[in-house]
Amino acid sequence: MTPADPPYPRDPSILRGSMQRRYSRRDMLRAAGLLAGTGLLAGCGVAGARAKAAPSDYWSHQKPTKYLDWAQWPLYIDTATVKGKTVHPSLQEFTKETGIQVNYQEVIQDMDSFVGSIRPVLASHQSTGYDLMVLTNGIYLTQMTELNYVIPLDHAMIPNFFRYADATAKNPTFDPGNKFTVPWQSGMTGIAYNPKYVKRPITSFDDLFDPAFKGKVGMMADNQDLPNLALVGIGVDPAKSTEADWRRAAKRLTQQRDEGLVRAYYQQDYIAPLSKGDLWITMAWSGDIFQANASTPGLDLKFVVPEQGAVVWTDNLCIPLYSQNPVSAMKLMNFVYDPKIAAMIAEYVNYFTPVPGAKKYILDDAKAATAKADRTSLEQIADSPLVFPTKAMESKLYRYATLTPEEVPVWNLIFEPVYES
Amino acid sequence: MTTTMSKANSAADERYRRPKRRWTYYILPVYTWAVLLYLCLPIFVMILFGFNNTKGRYNISFQGFTLKWYRELFSIGGLTDALVNSITIAIIVTIVSVAIGGALGLALGRYRFRGKGPLSLVVFAQIATPELVLGTSLLSLFLTLNIPRGYVTILLAHIMFCIPFVAVTVQARVAGLDSSLKEAALDLGATPMVAFRKVTLPMIMPGIMAGALLSFALSIDDFVTTSFNAGQTVTFPLWVYGASRLGIPAQVNVMGTLIFVFGLALAAYSVIAGRRKKA
Amino acid sequence: MSRVHADDASRLAAGGFRRRFGRLTGYWLALPGGLWLAIFFVVPMIYLLSLSLMTGDFIHGFTQTFHFATYGHTISLYHDQFIRSIMYAVIVTVLTIVLAYPMAYWIAMRGGRNKSSYLLIILLPFFVSFVIRTLQWQFILADNGFVLGTLKNLHLVGSGFHLLATPVAVICGLTYNYLPFMVLPLYVSIERLDSRLMEAANDLYASKFQALLRVVFPLTVPGIFAGVLMTFVPVASDFVNAQLLGGAKTTMIGNVIYTLYLTNNDYAGASALSFTLMGVLLIGIFVYARALGTKDVMEAAAL
Repeated sequence: MTPADPPYPRDPSILRGSMQRRYSRRDMLRAAGLLAGTGLLAGCGVAGARAKAAPSDYWSHQKPTKYLDWAQWPLYIDTATVKGKTVHPSLQEFTKETGIQVNYQEVIQDMDSFVGSIRPVLASHQSTGYDLMVLTNGIYLTQMTELNYVIPLDHAMIPNFFRYADATAKNPTFDPGNKFTVPWQSGMTGIAYNPKYVKRPITSFDDLFDPAFKGKVGMMADNQDLPNLALVGIGVDPAKSTEADWRRAAKRLTQQRDEGLVRAYYQQDYIAPLSKGDLWITMAWSGDIFQANASTPGLDLKFVVPEQGAVVWTDNLCIPLYSQNPVSAMKLMNFVYDPKIAAMIAEYVNYFTPVPGAKKYILDDAKAATAKADRTSLEQIADSPLVFPTKAMESKLYRYATLTPEEVPVWNLIFEPVYES
Repeated sequence: MTTTMSKANSAADERYRRPKRRWTYYILPVYTWAVLLYLCLPIFVMILFGFNNTKGRYNISFQGFTLKWYRELFSIGGLTDALVNSITIAIIVTIVSVAIGGALGLALGRYRFRGKGPLSLVVFAQIATPELVLGTSLLSLFLTLNIPRGYVTILLAHIMFCIPFVAVTVQARVAGLDSSLKEAALDLGATPMVAFRKVTLPMIMPGIMAGALLSFALSIDDFVTTSFNAGQTVTFPLWVYGASRLGIPAQVNVMGTLIFVFGLALAAYSVIAGRRKKA
Repeated sequence: MSRVHADDASRLAAGGFRRRFGRLTGYWLALPGGLWLAIFFVVPMIYLLSLSLMTGDFIHGFTQTFHFATYGHTISLYHDQFIRSIMYAVIVTVLTIVLAYPMAYWIAMRGGRNKSSYLLIILLPFFVSFVIRTLQWQFILADNGFVLGTLKNLHLVGSGFHLLATPVAVICGLTYNYLPFMVLPLYVSIERLDSRLMEAANDLYASKFQALLRVVFPLTVPGIFAGVLMTFVPVASDFVNAQLLGGAKTTMIGNVIYTLYLTNNDYAGASALSFTLMGVLLIGIFVYARALGTKDVMEAAAL
């Protein structure tokens, strides 16, 4: 606790007063008796969290609104600076077209703590305050759909998705028939480094274990990216991994930590220390690095797909239960599948876009660009395997391990002690 | 209290002020000033970087003097809302906990009643309990009774941890008072209410003021208890803690500076007012 | 005439009221505060205990099963963090005593007219939010910040040297944040000393140091006790410093409890750890009080 934060100077009476009373044993016993007596109160429990499924006629009751609260990850949309203020051009377009004001909030740092913070809110039948959120495929998304904490989509409202989305975006294994989600972007978990401090080429997962980087290595503090990349790193496809593989990967990670290589385990906050030089090399998400470079003058961070391979994931747009503006959320989902808008976003975030048609618009923008530097950078993006994955790239990408509900606790118990140390 | 030095003390001072001073005389004062500097260093840094002309996301190195963060103080919507939440919560908490805690302190300091012993024990135990446990135990209550967390639960929690501090402050004040004054007032025909208003209240006022300042400071700065019971409501410390992962915008430094200056002014005022009363 | 009667009557009534009210005043005054503390402090403790004995998970809910094994299970999982927290708390408490004592002594003995100004400076940090203060240390100690950056440019330390994300940074942060809580009680107890005692010791040919050790120090033990109470308990349960300044292997029990409650929603395990933490700290206080040779904790704490 913060005891007597005494703001009132020169008044030790606070201290004196708090220490002054004397208590006999009888008082203590009396208080203990009181405690025990009220113990009878405590025969209750905490209710289960599953919500009722949204009724099938849910959408026919929803009215359009002029507002949208969007919970998003940082560095994940096109950004420009106009008169010292940060704006998002694609969202400005959206507002112009639909009249809907978007409250864009970068509140998601990692799935564990974001889902951990909204789950109890939904369990007590409160609105999360968000209408749209971006959840990564995996344990938590599955759990959210099973708890009925996300609202099934109204497919009639997203024609753009069915017209323009890439085949891989439709009917993914984690959400058959896109019942609850449509992809926002996909990306890779690989390695990033700051060339100002790392003077040699980084190519391999094993570079994260180089004693030369002692105390300057960042790893992720989650039970998805950290374990899965470690599995790929030791040459195992996570989708086919066994419990023995998990233990082997965890052992490697524990060793790395105990040798003092790992500075800390991060959520998305690894970007700041990597930029400042507190970290030299770290696990990272592909697009983050591009955006960090774009938003900070003079910064030149590098992202690498290790030779062992990288982990690929998909972040998905979905609507939380008790959303106040679900129609606005559906409209936004449709809007971002317009290839022109998808191009605006892809040019900036540099993740895999779910809209292949965006490439044409990026090339158009490149032609229209006046500055030569802008043109080359846009052409590079249109050709980048980080935005439009090539076959060669796809062969090096691995999906998260799929876990049965029985396997989840085993997995957690193996990997949590690594980063919660 | 502490400002009034005893005669013996000044006599001791006299003795130390004798002309021959060895270098060892200066060890302690230099040391003390070094520690004071250490205590204030983060404050200087905070104030300085509120004037930093940063570019990009991170307020890392000093890049030139600017006042723009003062002009754009309220340009981050979430931050402003959080600050407003913190201030309104602190005001409500101060009023309620001064009323309730002040009464409790008066009762403990002045009156005899059954259950006084256990009650003082509860007050002491609350102060001695780690704040983390205060926060988690309240959360357990709210979870088990399925009470949604939010603005109201923050209020309930803050009032809970402020009451004992107000109570002990007022109690300490009451304990040092002469109760015969009030009895004299009663004997002279004043009703208990009048006696309270005209005699007791002015006498315990310094205790009440100290308790109020303490409550306000505890509430506006609270992070631990609040983080467990805030639900989706965000207060200033919670916002700063959340934003710390991405780099703190300079506006936070500015708001910190303004709160600091306000607190300092309040404290200076109370010191000066205290001196004037004594004179 | 009739007015006088009315007056008397009202005074009589007031007297009756006064007597009745007077007897009950204590109760009326204590009632709201007592109730508030009962509902939001005492009862939650019972719920904390109750929740720690439930089994279940977030999805299916928790039911009361008086499953004491949760305690053993969570403690065996997190005993490293538990021991680390206690160790950090011991180190920080000792450091604050060492740092605070000379300073409190000098201010109390030779602060003169400026005593209150010194105290005000000690309290200055409290006008800045706890989280912001700690964040400034993150910034001051940054690997290439103005402290380490300068040292590195002077080649006084290697380019890979860092303080952040180490136990040293966490302990420094904690010491910084809780130092005033040690200075204040020490100051109060030293200030209350009769300085004639020192003179008497001097007259009896005690050296300054001997006088300090044999006379001043024993008399300020209650102040040290209060200071220890006000630093040890909050330090042992702190999680902000470890989160903002720590790295791998600096996680404290507070961080674990925070994660279990708010990220994993493992309420039973988190409550068990909270309750254990409180128990350990309470026992620690009592053992400590015994070691000081006092019969009653509060007696020692009474300044």
